Amino acid sequence: MKAGTVFDEMWADGSSIRRPYKNIKTWLDGEERNSLKAKRRDANDLFRLTGITFNVYGSEEGEERLIPFDIVPRVITSNEWTKICKGLEQRVRAINAFLYDIYHDQEIVKAGVLPLEMLKNNPAFLLQMMGVNPPGQIYTHISGVDIIRTAENEFYVLEDNVRTPSGVSYMLENRETMLQMFPELFTKNRVQPIQNYPQELLYSLKHTLPETAENKPTVCLLTPGLYNSAYFEHAFLADQMGIELVQGNDLKVVDGFLAMRTTQGHRKVDVVYKRLDDEFLDPLNFNEKSSLGVPGLFDVYRKGRVTIANAPGTGIADDKAMYSFMPEIVQFYSGEFPLLQNVPTWRCAIKDQLNYVLDNIHELVIKRVHGSGGYGMLIGPTATKKDIANFRRKLLSTPQDYIAQPTLSLSTVPILTSKGFAPRHVDLRPFVQMSPEKINIVPGGLTRVAMSKGSLVVNSSQGGGTKDTWVLEN
Amino acid sequence: MGSRKLMLGNTANGLFWTYRLLERAENMSRLIETGQRIALTRLNSSDEQWLYVMQTAAVASEYKRYYSKIEKEAALDWMLKHPENKSSILSSITSARQNAKMVRHALTTDVWEAINGSFLDIQNLLKTKIRERDLPIVLRTIKQSAALVRGATYGTMLRNEEYDFCRLGTFIERADNTARILDVKYYVLLPSAKAVGTSIDNVQWETILRSVSAYGGFRLEYGHEAGPGDIAKFLILDKRMPRSLIYCCEILKLHLSSLCSTYRNKPASFSQIMQLQKRFLTHDIEAIFKFGLHDFLQKMISLFADLSDQIEIDYRFYE
Repeated sequence: MKAGTVFDEMWADGSSIRRPYKNIKTWLDGEERNSLKAKRRDANDLFRLTGITFNVYGSEEGEERLIPFDIVPRVITSNEWTKICKGLEQRVRAINAFLYDIYHDQEIVKAGVLPLEMLKNNPAFLLQMMGVNPPGQIYTHISGVDIIRTAENEFYVLEDNVRTPSGVSYMLENRETMLQMFPELFTKNRVQPIQNYPQELLYSLKHTLPETAENKPTVCLLTPGLYNSAYFEHAFLADQMGIELVQGNDLKVVDGFLAMRTTQGHRKVDVVYKRLDDEFLDPLNFNEKSSLGVPGLFDVYRKGRVTIANAPGTGIADDKAMYSFMPEIVQFYSGEFPLLQNVPTWRCAIKDQLNYVLDNIHELVIKRVHGSGGYGMLIGPTATKKDIANFRRKLLSTPQDYIAQPTLSLSTVPILTSKGFAPRHVDLRPFVQMSPEKINIVPGGLTRVAMSKGSLVVNSSQGGGTKDTWVLEN
Repeated sequence: MGSRKLMLGNTANGLFWTYRLLERAENMSRLIETGQRIALTRLNSSDEQWLYVMQTAAVASEYKRYYSKIEKEAALDWMLKHPENKSSILSSITSARQNAKMVRHALTTDVWEAINGSFLDIQNLLKTKIRERDLPIVLRTIKQSAALVRGATYGTMLRNEEYDFCRLGTFIERADNTARILDVKYYVLLPSAKAVGTSIDNVQWETILRSVSAYGGFRLEYGHEAGPGDIAKFLILDKRMPRSLIYCCEILKLHLSSLCSTYRNKPASFSQIMQLQKRFLTHDIEAIFKFGLHDFLQKMISLFADLSDQIEIDYRFYE
């Protein structure tokens, strides 16, 4: 992790093209710039027509925006992918085992690997989940693990999204769009298909059933509704999986079971693919003000009569403070060294570490422990004096709310800008599905790209864009 | 029903209202087109006739709360896009699209894209102030959009209960619309109204017929000598006319009965439609005149509203 050097996935050191990108270069060289720009406009029209938009929080209700889509694919070789997959599988299994443990016997605390305070004062640790046995012992049915690359052979996990990972619809629709716009690319390149993601997901949900489920289980997707930023994705996945898209008011606890209101009355539901924060899941057991959830749902869950994916309380594992313990967590449960590296992380709650952070604030990225979506973070090297002063104050008054990491130079991949091709920083979110039978990782993921020059913020809420992600066949 | 899953009451609700609101937007645009046509071709027409158009669309009383005078420009704006008018074309199509978005998983991609694309086009056209010269293109776009959605629905939706609920929405709205169009000017259709005019050239009759896209069809089927009673007959009892009350009733019956066989039950809405048809649509037009045309139409409007409520109850649209 050398500071200052940026690894470009197409050009590596700048002089010669990297092999996996050879075909991309040939293609781009043969295209007229203007026709590519026209293609990009077509792509945007296509996204609008299909309705692949997201709602922006804090803006006028119902305002829909397009996530910028860049037409240059991001390429990953089969060997690189195999390596990533092994690391992901190890990590996700460990996280699942970790969740089971901390909600049962807490061996990891007894062993002195994780301080009890990490659980005790953490709002993401759901006391209600203590002793609860999720069907199939699965907590993390779906994980979206954010990976960054810093060199030819250096991959780091930046974040483990295991509460309600989102973005998979963009992965799928980006591919559909590329297939429609540049079909010839897929004739000339052997790109591994990703289209069966929804079917695989349904398969894995149907194989994590509560014992009370009958022959033909009913699966539904629970959305907070039309104005949620990811509503498009909820509707898209429900459609692709052929399951009902429900809101809290479609569900009800009837005779001790979860049921949905069909045209013929209430019918039992076996699996809820939940796209709602835990807090809002059940006003009787969690936030009583929630009108989005289902009163009593958690009681049904506790009795093992419904599967909720992901399980409530998984947020404790993707908490940014917990992140710093991941190497130990992986090792504790897998008995192996972590295959994917963690970014070094300073916990500001600890005095020495806080002092280091304050002294080196100009070089670090400061993140809120419970924040997400790129909100409320400071990127030292590019921050203004005012921002730094502001964060200094925050760090001193509530240090436990912050962690710090070195400013990593995320790898770059070219995008098409109005002035031609230019490198931009990217990350990668592969989606890992887990059932008692197996772990399944669709070859690809969501590549998020910071659209403006030099920016490291790839979050769509902050203007980040996306790219199609190719995993090549060997 | 095989192994198929039962659909959500809320999904049925969303489909029903998507199509109801689309039909409403289309009807409104047809009324505007009629109003404009009459205004341009009749020398003695005045802005007052827009009041009639708005009455027919059931948006006149609300209009009067915002404007003191009937003026063409204000009336057009009111019906096309005024934010306070919940039945404006823009409001209807926006809500239709919201509903469609909620039940996207129950629509085919073709239908969803037709609805979403239409919404985007129409929203774009109505963004700025509509000048008189823009009106034809706006109305044409709305008409084409409606045709596109109808075509995609007809061509790609499975004939299952989803489809039934879509069609129920369309035809409840249409029946209500036709009954209102007739009722607002029912007196020009009475046999005693012959004195008002003597041929189809009568502006009142033309307005009624154009409002249901039936001007040409009526002339073709009933000839130039036809009188007002024939117009009533055509729009109430002619099964060939796709906006007549009896036609709407037939289609509603078809889909309610299809739901009965899907679910293997006969809920109240089914007996209601059977009753409605048997009691009110099996007589000839003379009997209707004898009953009283206005009373008859009022009765129909309220029966269709009852039917709509009963469908919501029977199929658990709401908790």
